[in-house]
Amino acid sequence: MTLRYLIQKEFLQIRRNAFLPRLIVMFPVLIMCVMPWVMNMEVKNIRVDVVDNDRSTLSGQLVHSIEASKYFIFNGQQSTYQAALKDIEHSKADVVLVIPQNYSRDLAIGRQSQVLIAANAVNGTKGAMGSTYLSQIVTGNTKPDAAAIQSKISTLVLYNKHLNYKVFMIPALLAVLMMLMCGFLPALNIVGEKETGTIEQINVTPVSKWSFILAKLIPYWIIAIFAVTVCILLSWAVYGITCQGNLLLVYLLAMLLALFFSSLGLIISNYSDTMQQAIFVMWFFIVCMLLLSGLFTPTRSMPSLAYATTYINPMSYFIDAIRTVFVRGGDFHSIAHQVLALLVISSIMGVWAVVSYRKNQ
Amino acid sequence: MKQFISFVIKESHHILRDKRTMLILFGMPTVMMLIFGFAITTDVKNVRTIVVTSQMDYETQVSVNRLAASDYFTITATVSTPKEAERLIRNQKADMAVVFSQDYASKKNAILFVIDGADPNMAQQWTNYAIGVINNMQGSLVNTKMLYNPQMKSVYNFVPAIMGMLLMLICAMMTSISIVREKERGTMEVLLVSPIRPLMIIVAKAVPYLVLAFVILIVILLMAHYVLGVPLAGSIFWIVAVSTIYILLALSLGLLISNIAKNQLVALLASAMLLLMPIVMLSGMMFPVESMPTVLQWVSAVIPPRYYIEAMRKLMIMGVSINDVMREVGILIAMTIVLLTIALKKFNTRLE
Repeated sequence: MTLRYLIQKEFLQIRRNAFLPRLIVMFPVLIMCVMPWVMNMEVKNIRVDVVDNDRSTLSGQLVHSIEASKYFIFNGQQSTYQAALKDIEHSKADVVLVIPQNYSRDLAIGRQSQVLIAANAVNGTKGAMGSTYLSQIVTGNTKPDAAAIQSKISTLVLYNKHLNYKVFMIPALLAVLMMLMCGFLPALNIVGEKETGTIEQINVTPVSKWSFILAKLIPYWIIAIFAVTVCILLSWAVYGITCQGNLLLVYLLAMLLALFFSSLGLIISNYSDTMQQAIFVMWFFIVCMLLLSGLFTPTRSMPSLAYATTYINPMSYFIDAIRTVFVRGGDFHSIAHQVLALLVISSIMGVWAVVSYRKNQ
Repeated sequence: MKQFISFVIKESHHILRDKRTMLILFGMPTVMMLIFGFAITTDVKNVRTIVVTSQMDYETQVSVNRLAASDYFTITATVSTPKEAERLIRNQKADMAVVFSQDYASKKNAILFVIDGADPNMAQQWTNYAIGVINNMQGSLVNTKMLYNPQMKSVYNFVPAIMGMLLMLICAMMTSISIVREKERGTMEVLLVSPIRPLMIIVAKAVPYLVLAFVILIVILLMAHYVLGVPLAGSIFWIVAVSTIYILLALSLGLLISNIAKNQLVALLASAMLLLMPIVMLSGMMFPVESMPTVLQWVSAVIPPRYYIEAMRKLMIMGVSINDVMREVGILIAMTIVLLTIALKKFNTRLE
């Protein structure tokens, strides 16, 4: 019964704040409407400079096939490699293709002739993908037999036929949203009470630790359910991307993650004295978890020591599981392992949140 | 002047006594640099591959061995039907499957790659690598050269971005919070009735953060160079000079936020969610600006770190001369002047 009043108090506190209710409603909408467009690491529009020292029919064909390719924008011919490099330095071009002298003649008589591809690799992915595509075009252009072998290899892309980056990112956005809403708001909550002094009033009441912390947590779970629903609805309405698996599984995963982050937020606020401290510590944990979770980059490419951290990183389990359900259409059996891990980690954090809260300072 | 100095000292005490924040402030750049330097890679490595074949003839065996011998792929299972492979991929036991048709040996054709397309970029890279490995292509026809970043380390791309983010965080967020906190606790009133001019109080508040920002800048640069091996290709003088402009810009932004925000919570959320999020997302730090839709590109045009990060990437990594980044530097200076003017205009010496 006291729990109900405590929860009512929390909601009143949130509602009477001029800023928070607007934030809670607007933030998921804003994130869903803007972020999928932003979080796009698709590599396209690679600008190519060509230095054609050969000026033969064959090199002309090569230039044409670059112009025709959908990956590339043909920036122009340059007379020398140096001039083309200047273009890269001025960010006018990303890749330079240098066709050597006597290129077509050497190929005709079967002598070695090498095309040089120089890519701006400050952005590694872009550099690598640009040069791979360009070398495929070159191979196809000059070695018909190699091209023939390539044409016999076919590729079937599962789950995301058009290689749409939004399909990859929208489930991840769910995680980001959980993290920001259920992480930062609770982190500020108890410290806020400490700083305004209202926590003293709670401490002198007979309210138990468990019901106090639970009352702090439950509003954020309700907020989490709201946020997930908004997310799923918007991804269907705006992007036409729907969940392939069971929606209940998505909610289950989201609730587990919400439990983890709200507990983490409360733990941090229990140990912090000022809001600034709380926000910085929270931010630190969130950034580390996010970067090592496989949200942007595959976890399997990491060195083994960094990979080992994914075993205790709930974000990593969540990202894996949510993509399996949302994109690949997996059932409970596919994600049982991740659900179990999330459950264990979250309940440890939940208990810790209660234990770390002290009524007597 | 003496009063001013004592104000600076008072403010430094505020910062230095908060041990936990200090720890985060210096721990943050260090950990982020290490993560970006060593952990985050988009290399194709350990791709869990399933071989799908009904009969293991010699030709198939050769191709499978080629895949297994490369660092990129790990053969995890051999199954007989594509359906089984699909189930394994769905359950996250594998990333891709290579399907050899029954008469693979005789006709020397028909390989089908079944790829998990959940991550589009990696899916494309996996296919390209697998084609290369199976064809046993010696890259004799093409000589590829990776400029500025031959090993394609992501840290080259991220060091300027980390600088842009952390300097903004420290200067804008921390100054605004420290001013608003004084307002909230009521100590601002005490400061305002002291004989020093109100504007000087604010300047004195900014000075320690300025120093802190420089210390962190130096820590990042040293770490980048000596621990992660990122070249500082451009002139150090210009790197520091451009950073100074950026730090001033961030300080004016912090001042502006502190004038608008009524309490700490609003100042914090305003700087964390309305400032930090757009900075991380729209500045081209992680997601390239040119892949965004046009409307968002316009939005990102008013985000200061975008120009700073661009300028730093060119100055530090590509090592171009200052003349080539004049556009970015010019925009940063203009933004600083505008923000500082607004902040000073809005600054009021009276409490409400």
